[in-house]
Amino acid sequence: MGQEMKSNIYTRPNRLLTFLNSKKVAPYVFIFPFIISFTLLTFYPTIQAFVMSFQRILPGQTEFVGLSNYRRILNPTFYQAFQNTTTYVILTCVILVTVPIFLAAMLNSKFAKFSTFYRASLFIPSLASIIVAGTVFRLLFGETGSSFANQVIGWFGVEPIQWQYTSWSAMFLMVILSSWRWMGVNVMYYLAALQNVPLELYESADIDGANVFQKFFYVTVPHLKPIITFVTTISIINGFRMFEESYVFWETNSPGNIGLSMIGYMYTQGVQRNDMGFGAALGVIIILIIFVISIIQLNLTGAFKRGDE
Amino acid sequence: MKKIYFSFVFLLLTIVLIACGGNGATESGEEAEEVVTVGDNIEGASELTFWTFAGTHADFFEDAAIRWNEEFPDNPIQFTAETYPFDQMHNNLTLALQSGQGAPDMVDIEIARFPNFLQGEIQLEPLNDLIEPEIDNFITERLDMYSHEGQYYGAPTHLGATVVYYNTAIMEEAGVDIDKIITWDDYVEAGIQVTENTGVPMTTIAENWYGIWPFVRQSGSDFFDDNGDLTLDSAENIEALQFVADLVIEHEIADVTPGGHYHSEEFFGFMNGGGQASLIAPTFYMNEFMVNMEDLDGNIEMRPLPEWPGSDTRSVAMGGTGTTVTNQAEDVELAKDFLAYAKLTEEGNIALWTQLGFDPPRWDVWDSEEIREDNDFYRYFHDDIFDILLDIRDDVVGVHMTPYTPDVLEEIDSNIMFNVLRQQSQTPEEALQQATESVRAIMD
Repeated sequence: MGQEMKSNIYTRPNRLLTFLNSKKVAPYVFIFPFIISFTLLTFYPTIQAFVMSFQRILPGQTEFVGLSNYRRILNPTFYQAFQNTTTYVILTCVILVTVPIFLAAMLNSKFAKFSTFYRASLFIPSLASIIVAGTVFRLLFGETGSSFANQVIGWFGVEPIQWQYTSWSAMFLMVILSSWRWMGVNVMYYLAALQNVPLELYESADIDGANVFQKFFYVTVPHLKPIITFVTTISIINGFRMFEESYVFWETNSPGNIGLSMIGYMYTQGVQRNDMGFGAALGVIIILIIFVISIIQLNLTGAFKRGDE
Repeated sequence: MKKIYFSFVFLLLTIVLIACGGNGATESGEEAEEVVTVGDNIEGASELTFWTFAGTHADFFEDAAIRWNEEFPDNPIQFTAETYPFDQMHNNLTLALQSGQGAPDMVDIEIARFPNFLQGEIQLEPLNDLIEPEIDNFITERLDMYSHEGQYYGAPTHLGATVVYYNTAIMEEAGVDIDKIITWDDYVEAGIQVTENTGVPMTTIAENWYGIWPFVRQSGSDFFDDNGDLTLDSAENIEALQFVADLVIEHEIADVTPGGHYHSEEFFGFMNGGGQASLIAPTFYMNEFMVNMEDLDGNIEMRPLPEWPGSDTRSVAMGGTGTTVTNQAEDVELAKDFLAYAKLTEEGNIALWTQLGFDPPRWDVWDSEEIREDNDFYRYFHDDIFDILLDIRDDVVGVHMTPYTPDVLEEIDSNIMFNVLRQQSQTPEEALQQATESVRAIMD
């Protein structure tokens, strides 16, 4: 009898627990919360956006219009937005992938003084509100001769520039705002990675008579490769998603569309003009563009290859 | 097969990465900037919520709600006014009306955004039963701007008649008598005199519709005709834009507005410091003078627009916000009655002037004692503001609003004015034709 009771106590809770604890089920239990939030908040909206991209959506009147939204995408404004965004992505990638490596290496070197202070001051911009930062940038780069930037170039005898009204300077403003903002974060990634470079390698490099640059390019950089790939991917995706950097300077209408980004175009058309179908079609195109470019980039850097290949 | 599966997973990952991450500009400030509540201590008061993007409008309705509760103690309201940033309020409203929930009872919609809300099944309540009995007292051109197929959806905030504000100090220095400026030719001549004698430009041209629409409408044309067909590149419009461009390029009496438009901090400082001799803007701009340009107190006189050759039009009703009642209002009739009380009655129209300094859309109050009473606006400007308006009352025109008007305004903002005036890379004809093509592509 005592024996029976014991086994009862064991078996009842056991069934559920054993099930959940089994090697096949347990992983799913752990990722269950993510699956739920992903399905509800990301997957469903994505599918819905895809459906909406074939619709014309007005209050109380939603109808399927076939490919008409996609046909409308091929217009000069979209090309301009695509061109702006692509230029922006290339510039920010080059700056935000390379410069932080050097900064991180410098901060990590044993000769650097006050490195904690510099690390903090590089990181702080990423915590600042972009609206506040944008306002400050807009004032620094005002169009009048008395604005800070125009005074500085004035010392070198350069005429004042209408920063927010010229194509190249508009791109410059967006890139410099973004670089200023994200530099510190990328420096942190690289600094973390630098901790993992074995010191013995530097020692043996020293013994072999390598100089500072050789050590940097033949020891440090190869060890940073996974992080470089990661930072590049993130920079590309964030670049294509660019919106605020343009919004803070011109809100949604920049002169001659010099500051128009693809997301900005999606926002004005989809939300401001209440043309959700067209906005959704733009969104789908942007996803595809990012997808294709990321695949190409990751393939080139060998991120998909297994270590033994 | 494995490859396809892998690609799919990767696509999902891309989506996650695109979807995640901060969107500071759009997500910050979900909350209203300011909330005003009236009558929350009255038992059994019906709740009314109101969204606006202008704090002054919230104050205006707050005052009206207090008066309403005093006047109709049997039918009290608990009135809540929420002020949001401009873009956010309109976007929220779009989504709320599209999805059928979350909209307020009453809401302010700015004129350039209004057409967006007149598409599909209109989610706003017509105000015809309140407006029609009194329609003769209104400048109807203003009401038409918020209408669709004979239904009036918006209660106007002002007439917004475009006038010329002259800086009398500069005019005197240049030796120009502003009452001798009758036609636009006179204006140009005076401009040449001003620039020569004072070195200050006669005016500056905004890079948005302020810099083109008044001239287009005064010449008798518009961006769309009565049938809603696009006439953006018509000969009259090219001529109107050519006139504006000539002010800048040929006569050299005008510049492009610092900051690009008349509501920027750069411009306030520029104008306040005597940077230009005159400003072509609607009457609602009086308030900007009072708030942002204190140094010009007593130095600004307004006059009707100079005459355009072959046109009787002396002023154009511009800009402006229509207050609407949504179909999600709990008690549509009450919301409409209160809106009419606040903005459509004589009393309400008088308040529009005394509290906000707007020229009331009802001309029958322009002569009333309350309007003529001394106030800050008369002191800043001059006493005969409403005599000027009464004088040109029959010669005020409105603008045609169509579902595609916002697209035209966007072209003006981002391409037309920039290319013609600032870059000077296109002639008015080229710019208008190119913009017409872009808008046509959207309309098809």
